Amino acid sequence: MTGLGIIAVFAVVAVFAPALAPYDPLIQIIGDRLTPPLTDGYFLGTDDLGRDMLSRIMYGTRISMIIGVVSVSIGSLVGGLVGMLAGYFGGIFDRITMRIIDIMLAFPYILLTIVIVALLGASLVNAMIAIGISQIPRYARIMRGSVLAEKESDYVLAERSLGAKDGELMFSTILPNTLAPMSVQATLGIGEAILSSAALSFLGLGAQPPTPEWGLMIASSKEFVTSAWWVVTLPGVATLIAVLGFNLLGDGLRDVLDPRLQE
Amino acid sequence: MDEPLLSIQDLKVDFSTNRGLVRAIRGVSFAIRKGETLALVGESGCGKSVTAHSITRLIPTPPGRITGGKILFEGVDLLQIPEPKLRDLRGSRISMIFQEPMTSLNPVFPIGSQIMDVLLTHTKMKKVDARAKALSLLELVKIPAPERRFKSYPHQLSGGMRQRVMIALALASPNPGLMIADEPTTALDVTIQAQILALLEDLKEKIGMALLLITHDMGVVAEVADRVAVMYAGRVVEEGEVFRIFENPSHPYTRGLLESLPSNPLYKETKRLKAIPGSVPDMITLGEGCPFANRCPLVRPECTLAFPEPTTLDTDHKVWCYAIEEEPVL
Repeated sequence: MTGLGIIAVFAVVAVFAPALAPYDPLIQIIGDRLTPPLTDGYFLGTDDLGRDMLSRIMYGTRISMIIGVVSVSIGSLVGGLVGMLAGYFGGIFDRITMRIIDIMLAFPYILLTIVIVALLGASLVNAMIAIGISQIPRYARIMRGSVLAEKESDYVLAERSLGAKDGELMFSTILPNTLAPMSVQATLGIGEAILSSAALSFLGLGAQPPTPEWGLMIASSKEFVTSAWWVVTLPGVATLIAVLGFNLLGDGLRDVLDPRLQE
Repeated sequence: MDEPLLSIQDLKVDFSTNRGLVRAIRGVSFAIRKGETLALVGESGCGKSVTAHSITRLIPTPPGRITGGKILFEGVDLLQIPEPKLRDLRGSRISMIFQEPMTSLNPVFPIGSQIMDVLLTHTKMKKVDARAKALSLLELVKIPAPERRFKSYPHQLSGGMRQRVMIALALASPNPGLMIADEPTTALDVTIQAQILALLEDLKEKIGMALLLITHDMGVVAEVADRVAVMYAGRVVEEGEVFRIFENPSHPYTRGLLESLPSNPLYKETKRLKAIPGSVPDMITLGEGCPFANRCPLVRPECTLAFPEPTTLDTDHKVWCYAIEEEPVL
């Protein structure tokens, strides 16, 4: 699985960034500013303030991974809980929450994120929260759909006939049976969260300088796009590969978890 | 006659559908004594399963609604007690096994832990003891190599094995009183069917519980039941001891059912099975009269007006039919 391989590499880099990075990502060596890649011991060159690009991208991996995991955790926990309750109990709660979800879905994803960041204030933590909230609808929808399908199944009736309570039925009977579609969506969601956080930082609404965040790195060096291609391109390439990795992993997971696609 | 374990009196259940109100159960009464096997017989859609699910209030509400009657279990009306109290009864005093063993077990957990879960719900057992008890239950339902099967997932077991696991689950209580078996053998092939029935009978004797067996198979009835209640379109039309029903079927529907079996002597002569003419009435448009009136060979004018009161033919043999006085009682 290509996706798993890519993500494994990114994960290792994220965890061991301090050991692997050749330089401190914040140290500025002004004399070496805008060194092209593969010269003077700078494998990926340096940026306009003389900071090592490779080290910054490695530390950026850390930040991107944390953003992906945290925002997807927020989105899937809240969305999953809402979807579970709505699907299981139905009725008025279901109708109200699903209409709220419909309203959230009516906003373009990135616009919704920007609105929430604007309300909370621009910072990396708030960006994570905003991305997480924007992702709530999809998890709520998926969870509700799975719960609606599962709660009608014979084993749920059987366990109810054996004296199981609503809570037990929801969280220990039905929940494990909904994890397959949820985990696929969560994997794809991490990729999208990384992309969104890069976009937010590019717009100045996410990470603030001098944090080595990929989107911010692109934004702060965009004036050099014609003279020093690497400072703009390389963080973009890193984002591309990370998102691609998560998407491939998500597709792979779906193939593994969906019995209909198995031979 | 001793006090019945379970007594259902004039149970009525409605379902609201897009087409209108379906009066699925229109006044069903029967009783089961301790240690007895009552077979609830009838064709698909006559309300057997709805009756069974009503006992522990497992009818999906909405669209279903229990609109009348009493369900007395050991003298307590199950329709009146609060949900938590009923939940304590489910799986401990009254347990159910279902028609589809293939889908009635949670696919994501090993069978052993599913049995342990039920034990831990209903008793204050320690985990180790629950494990030991679960193993002994698997042994009791005659699952070979229970130690190895304990960690098996449902999809690794055959249909017959899964039905045994379902039975083990239903028995996972300190004091089982009534087991409701909703067509437990319908989805299984004939040899396995015989094994499961033998197992149920064997367990019933060992544990001394009563069994409500829901089936449409008269062969199964003859084999395991003590008493029979014949249902047709939401009503019980005849109830009695199994040999009386088979020897002296008194309701025209029961007679039709038995005549349509290959064991009917008529079949040997004509080589043709006798069928009941017509088909089951639409439960939405069906009126207050006897639901069998439109197919009955003995139909009379009063049949379509109101459902008859029961006629007692013998000790413990009741029939709900107007045409009964004219029939010679043998």
